[in-house]
Amino acid sequence: MLGFLVRRCLIAIPTILLISVFVFGLQKLLPGDPVLAMAGEDRDPATLSLLREKYHLNDPVPVQYLTWVGNAATGDLGISLRTRQPVLQLIGEKLPVTIQLAVMALFIALIIGIPTGVLSAYRKGTWVDWLSNVTALSGLSVPNFWLGIMLILLVSVRLGWLPASGFVALGDDPLKSLQTMIMPAFVLGSGLAATLMRHTRAAMLGVLKSDYVRTARAKGLGERTVLVKHALRNALVPIVTVTTLLFGELLGGAVLTEQIFTIPGFGKLVVDAVFNRDYAVVQGIVLCTAVGFIAMNILADAAYRILNPRMSDA
Amino acid sequence: MSLVTADPLPQRRSNRALSKLRANPAALLGLALVSFFLAVAILAPVLPLPGPAATDWAAVRKPPSAAHWLGTDEIGRDLLARMVWGAQASLLAGVVSVSIAVLLGVPLGVASGYLRGWTDAMISRITEALMAAPFLILAIALAAFLGPSLTNAMIAIGLSAMPVFIRLSRAQTMSVMTEDYVESAHAVGLGHAALIWRYVLPNIAAPILVQATLTIATAIIAEASLSFLGLGQQPPAPSWGSMLNVAKTFLDQAPCMAMWPGLAIFLVVLGFNLLGDGLLDALDPKES
Repeated sequence: MLGFLVRRCLIAIPTILLISVFVFGLQKLLPGDPVLAMAGEDRDPATLSLLREKYHLNDPVPVQYLTWVGNAATGDLGISLRTRQPVLQLIGEKLPVTIQLAVMALFIALIIGIPTGVLSAYRKGTWVDWLSNVTALSGLSVPNFWLGIMLILLVSVRLGWLPASGFVALGDDPLKSLQTMIMPAFVLGSGLAATLMRHTRAAMLGVLKSDYVRTARAKGLGERTVLVKHALRNALVPIVTVTTLLFGELLGGAVLTEQIFTIPGFGKLVVDAVFNRDYAVVQGIVLCTAVGFIAMNILADAAYRILNPRMSDA
Repeated sequence: MSLVTADPLPQRRSNRALSKLRANPAALLGLALVSFFLAVAILAPVLPLPGPAATDWAAVRKPPSAAHWLGTDEIGRDLLARMVWGAQASLLAGVVSVSIAVLLGVPLGVASGYLRGWTDAMISRITEALMAAPFLILAIALAAFLGPSLTNAMIAIGLSAMPVFIRLSRAQTMSVMTEDYVESAHAVGLGHAALIWRYVLPNIAAPILVQATLTIATAIIAEASLSFLGLGQQPPAPSWGSMLNVAKTFLDQAPCMAMWPGLAIFLVVLGFNLLGDGLLDALDPKES
């Protein structure tokens, strides 16, 4: 397994380098002189020249890239223009908040998506299947920021059951933290539940037709045992892979969810950075999410091998 | 040469797919929803409605009434008029961004799958790198650097959606290239361009059409998300996403302002998803 992980990490290096080229190229998309964007109100020629020198903007573009990527490789993603903090430190501060939201959302998605998918496949062609499919497709079609707004209107404004915004760290007050995060987590998790339900249903349909399930039934095993021990266990392989790959959707969805519920996480950081023209932060976030996504891909492959030892090369 | 001039397969397949689509009520519902919103978007300039930016200070944040069927917003603009013009922005964003993704992605994917070797390796690595960044985060970053506008949002969404089409058309091209009729066409000396035009493209069109339909749904949500964040359509031009952004400030006083745009996004996206699913079933050769 260690050899496999090392090999996959080595293969990922060229991809990460290419991503770094895109991320570096992003600042070249900026219309006009990037230094003007960095300087903000201050248009003093001396300041502009100093900034140009500081950020190596007088160097040829390939040299600028090499300097930037060299710094990024050592963890130096630049300094935030707004807070004057190192970008990596800023991301590190906000990440635990988003991780808490993402873990809760994933938990909600799993407890809704997997049982519904199993039931839908088991009762294929019945009203249960039809209802599950309609709900899943609706879940995929609802923009999560609208769902968030509607839940705030109903649960917070009208019923007053849960707070409409804010964040309390899990370590400070676990109960309050869960109270503030349950609604955003549901909003973020509902779309993922729909995706998981569809994948679980497809995987279960394939497995339920297989010979070993037929054999298990022929042996006289109870339906629950057949369904959970034989069918679901084998259908879990693609489900685990899909779950790991939902990382990208989770982060994308977190941007909007955190914005609606004013949660000071990774997603809110990127939106604030965009509006403050804090480009180093935007670049740092894109680079970090891409590297994180590649890491999740590697973990998905590793999970695939653990769940299915027959796989010689995943 | 005349031996390989006609390939009746795609024609026959499309007739069969069409009749399967007609027999699928969910797909027909999807088609009806998409057609309705498309008609609304096209007819927006001729519908007897007030201008989307026309304000009426005597009717601020009003609930639905005979004068304003869906109510009014925070500066007295008619919500129905803004919804109708917003449909234009949303559908335009969906169609244009997916067209960008298809027009750039399919040629790259076909080149990758047809030429193989170094071209394939290079395009595949670039695609992998692009796919590593989450779709919405990449679109937000691109829109941020390009500047906030509907056009730039469409470019950002199109570029972010492109890798899926590269992957799909590459895989489909590689599969078509193993078919006997392609080998026969090669054997009788058909040139690369003619072979791609007459054999590869018609045979990879179906999965690309399905993917494009489903991606329009994703692109509409992405445009609404970018406009919601202030990175898409700029005020006072109407867009469902930006209407929701304003509406969240007036949730208690005027819930209608938040209700309609979200409902419209939901219905149009549901329409494209149902239609895409229907096309997927109709065009799946395993089902025939």
